[in-house]
Amino acid sequence: MLLILCPYCGPRAEIEFRCGGESHIERPGPYSEVDDGAWADYLFTRKNPKGEHRERWLHAAGCRQWFNVARDTVSHTILAVYPMGKTRPPTEAGT
Amino acid sequence: MTKAYSAFSLLCEGLNQQQGWEPAWRDAAPKRAYDAVIIGGGGHGLATAYYLAKNHKLTDVAVIERGWIGGGNTGRNTTVIRSNYFYPESAAFYDFALSLYEGLSKDLNYNIMFSQRGMWTLAHDRHGMDTLRRSANAMLLNGIDAELYDEAGVRARIPGLNARPRFPIVGGLVQQRGGTARHDAVAWGYARAASALGVDIIQDCEVLGFQIEGGRMRGVETSRGTIRTDRVGMAVAGHSSVVAQKAGVRLPVSSYALQAFVSEPVKPCLDTVVLSPAIGTYVSQSDKGELVMGAGLDLYLSYAQRGSLPWMERAAAGLIDLFPQFSRLRFLRQWAGIVDVVHDSTPIIDATPVPGLWINCGWGTGGFKAIPAGGWCLAHLVATGESHPLARAFGLNRFRTGALIDEAAASGIAH
Ligand SMILES: Cc1cc2nc3c(=O)[nH]c(=O)nc-3n(C[C@H](O)[C@H](O)[C@H](O)COP(=O)(O)OP(=O)(O)OC[C@H]3O[C@@H](n4cnc5c(N)ncnc54)[C@H](O)[C@@H]3O)c2cc1C
Ligand SMILES: [Zn+2]
Repeated sequence: MLLILCPYCGPRAEIEFRCGGESHIERPGPYSEVDDGAWADYLFTRKNPKGEHRERWLHAAGCRQWFNVARDTVSHTILAVYPMGKTRPPTEAGT
Repeated sequence: MTKAYSAFSLLCEGLNQQQGWEPAWRDAAPKRAYDAVIIGGGGHGLATAYYLAKNHKLTDVAVIERGWIGGGNTGRNTTVIRSNYFYPESAAFYDFALSLYEGLSKDLNYNIMFSQRGMWTLAHDRHGMDTLRRSANAMLLNGIDAELYDEAGVRARIPGLNARPRFPIVGGLVQQRGGTARHDAVAWGYARAASALGVDIIQDCEVLGFQIEGGRMRGVETSRGTIRTDRVGMAVAGHSSVVAQKAGVRLPVSSYALQAFVSEPVKPCLDTVVLSPAIGTYVSQSDKGELVMGAGLDLYLSYAQRGSLPWMERAAAGLIDLFPQFSRLRFLRQWAGIVDVVHDSTPIIDATPVPGLWINCGWGTGGFKAIPAGGWCLAHLVATGESHPLARAFGLNRFRTGALIDEAAASGIAH
């Protein structure tokens, strides 16, 4: 079970959150130039790594804010929590 | 040495003090080359090898398993078998699997303990009932057996249901041909039958990479050396993205932990399978007497093979709402498997962009019931290079064309 550090509310139990999947997926564009392959890639293809994963979380039963988490998918260790809009997690875990 | 299993061989070996039994399969060491290599010694990989040998006379085949055969999801699942799907493509495929299961003990000469005890889906409100009615109609149109009952009909057929549950039971849909089988036996039976036809079952051998030359598959690199082959079929479930990536192939797969647990064994008290999508639980009783229960997916990526506590609590709470008397039972074991979920909850059985590499994955939470057909169709692909008619709609291309078979949304039951 995960203990997730909401940047706004502090540490809370996993059941208060929803995972929104992989972070930093960019919508391809401009619209008229996106072929079916690129669109399918955008919608469906995922890294699904065994190891560190950057993902979005929503504090659904709390402040309802989105934020990014870097998490190890084998140990489930949360390596970093960082704001939406930032692409790279800070080096220190938990900040 | 005694090979075949029968009442007669059992009697003879009894008189022989059980000294003549052969190991069920040869514990093979990898050769330097094979006509075909199957990665993954779960049900799908082992069934693929068996049907390559049996249907296509391709016997110079190895199954390569990282751990022990059946140690993945096949040996961790709750063994429910059914074909109550919504779309014609799925119904035809899963019903073919079910029909192969019906003859499998005989075909493999191995008792897989397939018990067609019926599989119930319950509804707890009018909308749930509407969903079941829609499912039943789809099933009947697809030629699958389906029976719809009101509350009295359900209570007359499922023993021990709570008289006054928090979520009232309004009705239920049953597929009488559904049921359960012994999961290990399916893996072991296929391994034994494949091995007898000449297939090498190689355990404790991890695929670490591929030899791709001139854009074509030429071999696999394993923890026990390089194996040359022009044809590779992979059926590695939750590790599909990880293995495919070694060949430069990216997939629309997400790996999640799915958990299950069993109670201490008790005398027979539940003679069917009961699923309640609304309260997030399903239960059956194993031949050993344990209640086998499953929960929902932990909806964040995981390769950890352990389930989270909240989902376990939710499933347990749902169970004792349906059957309050089970609250006195103790849990014996809890575990999880890493399942390969795709967007539409429909499998992928297809060629990959690398010629000579074929893939079977996307089973998500429900691929045990599919093992005979998944193996049959992957074998067809590996042997002929062509999609089997039953698996033609299960291609990777559907994510591009949009021809998804969205069982995730359609059936109203977990897959
Ligand atoms: C808790 C739980 C309950 C379930 N309940 C049901 C159910 O009731 N009914 C149903 O139909 N389905 C159910 N399922 C789903 C079902 O178990 C799976 O879909 C099915 O077993 C998949 O079979 P497989 O052969 O593809 O995978 P697996 O049995 O997982 O086999 C894949 C194998 O590949 C091996 N492997 C991975 N990487 C490598 C590598 N690099 N080199 C070599 N080998 C490798 C693994 O060790 C593993 O043994 C359940 C699953 C779980 C986890
Ligand atoms: Zn918060």
